[in-house]
Amino acid sequence: MRRLLQAMIVMLVVALLAFTLFRFVGDPINQMVGIETSIEEREALRERLGLNDPIPVQFARFIQSAVQFDFGTSYQFRQPVSDLFLKRIPATLELSFASAVFALVVGIPMGIYAGLNRESWVSKVFLSVSLVGISLPTFFIGILLIFFFSVNLQWLPSFGRGEVVEIGSWWTTGFLTASGLKALILPSITLGLYQMTLIMRLIRAEMLEVIRTDYIKFARARGLPDRLVHFRHALKNTLVPVITITGLQLGAIIAFATITETVFQWPGMGLMFLQAVQNVDIPIMSAYLLLTAFLFVSINFVVDILYFLIDPRLRIERA
Amino acid sequence: MSNVSTDKTETAAAGMLARMVDSDIFHSFLKSKVTVIAAIGTAVLFLLAFFAPLIAPHDPFDLATISILDARVPPMWMEYADPRFVLGTDDQGRDLLSGIFYGMRISLIVGFCSVIAAAILGITLGLVAGYMGGRVDAVIMRIADIQLTFPAILIALLIDGAARGIFGALDREVFSFYILIFSLALSFWVQYARTVRGSTMVEKNKEYVQAARVIGIPAIIIMVRHILPNVTGPVLVIATINLALAIVTEATLSFLGVGMPPTQPSLGTLIAIGNDFLYSGEWWIAIFPGLALALLVLNVNLLGDWLRDALNPKLR
Repeated sequence: MRRLLQAMIVMLVVALLAFTLFRFVGDPINQMVGIETSIEEREALRERLGLNDPIPVQFARFIQSAVQFDFGTSYQFRQPVSDLFLKRIPATLELSFASAVFALVVGIPMGIYAGLNRESWVSKVFLSVSLVGISLPTFFIGILLIFFFSVNLQWLPSFGRGEVVEIGSWWTTGFLTASGLKALILPSITLGLYQMTLIMRLIRAEMLEVIRTDYIKFARARGLPDRLVHFRHALKNTLVPVITITGLQLGAIIAFATITETVFQWPGMGLMFLQAVQNVDIPIMSAYLLLTAFLFVSINFVVDILYFLIDPRLRIERA
Repeated sequence: MSNVSTDKTETAAAGMLARMVDSDIFHSFLKSKVTVIAAIGTAVLFLLAFFAPLIAPHDPFDLATISILDARVPPMWMEYADPRFVLGTDDQGRDLLSGIFYGMRISLIVGFCSVIAAAILGITLGLVAGYMGGRVDAVIMRIADIQLTFPAILIALLIDGAARGIFGALDREVFSFYILIFSLALSFWVQYARTVRGSTMVEKNKEYVQAARVIGIPAIIIMVRHILPNVTGPVLVIATINLALAIVTEATLSFLGVGMPPTQPSLGTLIAIGNDFLYSGEWWIAIFPGLALALLVLNVNLLGDWLRDALNPKLR
């Protein structure tokens, strides 16, 4: 319950920030009217839009419309911001999902291997590669991948989503066509590489620690086969921090999607947000702020709950 | 008062240096080959950046020596190369090697300035929060918690965007440097604040602080003169690691077109320029500055990793 309250407060603070941005940075009226509009007309519009009301009233109205997914009209596109976002959300979510899957599917086995075979040269290669992966900025990884696989080898496309299929009224997916899947490969590797190295290092560190505990020694002493010890007993106990990090990194993935989407001209929310920053399109910026804040807060909330479900010790302490 | 505090930290730093040569930290430094290489690499790159005006073969800002006819010349070892340009030239005929030196200089200046600004902000808020406790502490730390939920790059982007909205009419070339440092500082202060707050809370209950308080020294002087010198150790580690992070973030923002302008290109700006020519075969314009950036960040990261482990008593 306390967590829920905290989450609400965070959202309220972020909403206040978004509102401040929306209302005070860049005059909304100036953006809506042409140069020839007279001062009287501007004042009338101001009155009609309620911009002369007391600030708390305006804030309340802002929240009310935000809850109903109404963020005003984009300065650049002259379209409702919510429509623009709806069109772009599927692209970002599919990209984030694909890179999270990539990070987990590749990172976890690498981490397990490096943790169990600490001295082998393969683990050392993994570790050095991961260090390079952490040091390379996301956008440069993208450029390198494009350079090798799109420009030189011409295997994979370097921009866009490929062919997409419409599902329902607004969701579009690239998962169902060959070109869509191909277009997904490079961006999701770019986006997921950092998370992959992070997960690998984390699992390795946790494995090294768990392997030394008494219950693992005892399990070995009982004569259980290595595989059972490693996967049933050891791996299970490394998963708690992995879930936390993965959860928190989901937020980071969505944030870094901005960069990846720019490199690959991926038509998602991030690309739109970046264009909004470049063109000072305040409604899109404040809507993006609110949406990502909502995403992060809900992710944190879910991770907190998962924590209690996975680790029985925490449940006992609480009771 | 600021004089006093810099004097203090300077003497503290000098004393630390003397002790360091004879400490186990220094020995662990020599023991780790990777770290020695990283230290040398960092030093070389820093010197290259620092002395860029002296050693760079060309001055990329001197319009008199730049000719558009030299644009997009490939690196030395390729066909149609020009021996004057070791790594080739960019789209405006600027020598890429010199551009990288100067770009590294700008990247490092922005990196250092923003790390220092973030540290000052974070240390101040951390000291105040830790020393005052109570409601002040609660407010500052809640803000820190909220901010920690968001990745720094997003915050930097948002602040940058908002600042553009406010200063939109002003000259972009002058202001983008300050906007950049401002947004980076605001994105990275939390870690300093948390660390300093933690150690301040420990220090403030020690006898020397209580003694100072009993004889009536004002709180602000106790914080700056007595507590601050005792909580700066971990700050150094965070600053080193954050320098790499700040450089990457700056490069990213510049790459995205909201950082340094093309007239004062940092490494990120150079990569952004080169990115447009990647498809037409002029790969060197993007790849070389990118490699320089990666090298710089990798070296600083390695140093930071080592420093963190060396100063962590748990791992010794």
